[in-house]
Amino acid sequence: MIGLNEYLVVSALLFCLGLYAIITRKNAILVLMGLELVLNSANINFIAFSKFGGLNIHGQVAAIFVIILAAAEAAVALAIILNIYQNFKHVNVDEIDKMRD
Amino acid sequence: MDYLIPIIFYGFAAMILISAAVVVFSKKIIYAAFALLFTFFGVAGFYVLLNADFLAITQIMIYIGGILVLIIFGVMLTTKITGVDIKEGVTSKIQKGFALLAITIIGITLLILYSNVKWVTKEFPEIKSTIIPIGNVLLTDYILAFEVASVLLLIAIVGAALIARRK
Repeated sequence: MIGLNEYLVVSALLFCLGLYAIITRKNAILVLMGLELVLNSANINFIAFSKFGGLNIHGQVAAIFVIILAAAEAAVALAIILNIYQNFKHVNVDEIDKMRD
Repeated sequence: MDYLIPIIFYGFAAMILISAAVVVFSKKIIYAAFALLFTFFGVAGFYVLLNADFLAITQIMIYIGGILVLIIFGVMLTTKITGVDIKEGVTSKIQKGFALLAITIIGITLLILYSNVKWVTKEFPEIKSTIIPIGNVLLTDYILAFEVASVLLLIAIVGAALIARRK
């Protein structure tokens, strides 16, 4: 029978993979993908605790707000990345070290 | 039918972890973007297994239909697809080693924590759909957060359009 722990283990592994992508990737879009993995692992935790805490609906509402924030964050982050690409002609986060011309 | 649930669970778990590994370790950015699709889809499958039907549909519509499309647009606009190798760039070996060490420590800590804590669990009632309770809670207990989220989305739309505009 699948219990709470199995979901938590999958979410922990997903969190570690996302964090590794955030640390080691240089391309800003790949960093953003790692961020989405971390947010998804947090959402799995919210909903797993929601079910195994007696189908408490508040956990699912928290997950909805996480999804809303992820959508807003992705839109703004990609706008910033496009702007960086216009100025620098690349999106490598470790070579972007100027804040003004 | 109960014996099918572990099979489905492990299928979705393998789908999530393998495609997430492709996202993290792939040399080509476009493969990472498409592997992300399978990760999101597997997470939506988890939501279905966890009695969160509304969240599963939301996941598919917003993550796969919205965020992933945005990310793929970002990939296409910022990398030269015509080149054979898309230079995606990775950090040096030493930095990678330290990152791997840190991630391993975090992961082992989390796994030890999860296997030792006795979570308080309750029996969950059988309900057909979570849409009606979520709607009731969103418009009563979370009405302020709901309105703030709508204003936040409006600000994000205006801000993103303003930032991405060509000078």
